[in-house]
Amino acid sequence: MAYSGKVVDHYENPRNVGALDKGDDNVGTGLVGAPACGDVMKLQIKVGVDGLIEDAKFKTFGCGSAIASSSLVTEWIKGKTLDEAAAIKNTQIAEELALPPVKIHCSVLAEDAIKAAIADYKKKNNA
Amino acid sequence: MDKQVSEAMNARNRTNIKVPIYLDYQATTPMDQRVLDRMLPYFIEKFGNPHSRSHAYGWEAEEAVETARAEVAAIIGADPREVIFTSGATESNNLAIKGVAHFFKDRKNHVVTVSTEHKCVLDSCRHLEQEGFAVTYLPVGTNGLIDLDVLKAAITDQTSIVSVMAVNNEIGVIQPIAEIGAICRERGVFFHTDAAQAVGKIPLDVEAMKIDLMSISGHKIYGPKGVGALFVRRRKPRVRLEALFNGGGQERGMRSGTLPTPLCVGIGAACAIAKAEMPTEAERIRRLGDRLLTGIRAELPEVFLNGDVERRIPGNLNLSFAYVEGESLLMGIKDIAVSSGSACTSASLEPSYVLRAIGVGEELAHTSIRFGIGRFTTESEIDFAVKTIREHVARLRSMSPLWEMAQEGIDIKSIKWNEH
Ligand SMILES: Cc1ncc(COP(=O)(O)O)c(C=O)c1O
Repeated sequence: MAYSGKVVDHYENPRNVGALDKGDDNVGTGLVGAPACGDVMKLQIKVGVDGLIEDAKFKTFGCGSAIASSSLVTEWIKGKTLDEAAAIKNTQIAEELALPPVKIHCSVLAEDAIKAAIADYKKKNNA
Repeated sequence: MDKQVSEAMNARNRTNIKVPIYLDYQATTPMDQRVLDRMLPYFIEKFGNPHSRSHAYGWEAEEAVETARAEVAAIIGADPREVIFTSGATESNNLAIKGVAHFFKDRKNHVVTVSTEHKCVLDSCRHLEQEGFAVTYLPVGTNGLIDLDVLKAAITDQTSIVSVMAVNNEIGVIQPIAEIGAICRERGVFFHTDAAQAVGKIPLDVEAMKIDLMSISGHKIYGPKGVGALFVRRRKPRVRLEALFNGGGQERGMRSGTLPTPLCVGIGAACAIAKAEMPTEAERIRRLGDRLLTGIRAELPEVFLNGDVERRIPGNLNLSFAYVEGESLLMGIKDIAVSSGSACTSASLEPSYVLRAIGVGEELAHTSIRFGIGRFTTESEIDFAVKTIREHVARLRSMSPLWEMAQEGIDIKSIKWNEH
């Protein structure tokens, strides 16, 4: 399988790998995918008082494209409002990383991970 | 000359490692230089048709082919007249299974095989099913081996042939061939074994093991691609089969077509070398395999060996690296040429049917890699591989949410995953 240069770059130098404190009310955590399907993404956001996403972290079990998709979206969502982050579409991710058709599901998963993290944050904050 | 060449190659391997390091000896092997040396004269100088009876060109080619046939026969304890040349183990398997089933179709309509056979055996059986034959696919235990009682129960008076591979290509386990042979002989059914991954690696004897048909492949034993052989027993009992193609009736009518002399010479030479060197080679590969596994496990917990620990060839290690997805690991260890146990790389996103059959959970099947060690693998290559694997597994685990959960004591199976 040939990977695009951007996928390789994110795989080799993933941005924002790590974890934020799940117990913190300002942190929303999304966990999507399934081990049996070969990919699981955990995406966390930390929302500042101004309502902007001030930090984002991820951990991913999955192929290089899954790792790259999650790494990329952590970069994209930082500094955005929750609505702006929620508007990110998987097609944008797939296009940016030049994902082949068999890897489109990785971008779908990354979009789902953002939505899940936002939903978790909103639930914690009754928003 | 031969010796000089191989010494020069060994010296180079000792000092500088060529990447990617080839650890995929089950997929194919490089040819042994000595095999090529024996083949070369038969392309241009000695190009005759081995079936030409009227001149010296034909005779010298025929002699070379017959020498090769005897070399193939010798490594499995057969009579040379029982060896038929084919294009590879795929053809041999097709010819054996479909050939016997078709020949006996008026009297018998049942075939027994195993769920973990190579695709070409399974696909031949599927084809027979479409033609109206009944096929039993024996299950295997978590060690990858069949249960002999289940085999006994599967054989009926309608069974014409039982086909069980000697060594599995994905996980390297050795089926109890002699025991299966004894059962089949007692029940009066033919026993075929696909020995593509076994020849040259474990001792095989068609008499002692009561084998009636055996498939061999050239390119798995340091011989050329595009050639194979099928052992077809001539007596006690005589195996009858229907040919796959029509033609000039070569190879006792079982396989028409002009024999490719250089390729036949190549598989013969490969068998002769394998027979002579098997004891020392097996021991060397065992040490390298141990070194790989111990080296990896010395630093990485939760690395699982798939298939029986004892009943296996040492040159095939299929390992699951828990919490690390196989394709991402392959991408990281690109300096090592290996195969992934999950077929993710082939776009199907399905874990391998062999790992599934031995009950490896899907999440672990996605983390599996097959390491194949062979004749030209060196200790420094193994050490390089160990170092590379340790680094990349550790890095990928540090970014795996599953590893994080496991460290926190969360049972991954207790989570309700959103399967897609
Ligand atoms: C067990 C087994 N059987 C059959 C084959 C097919 O062999 P060939 O490539 O010679 O057709 C292979 C190799 O892929 C194999 O590993």
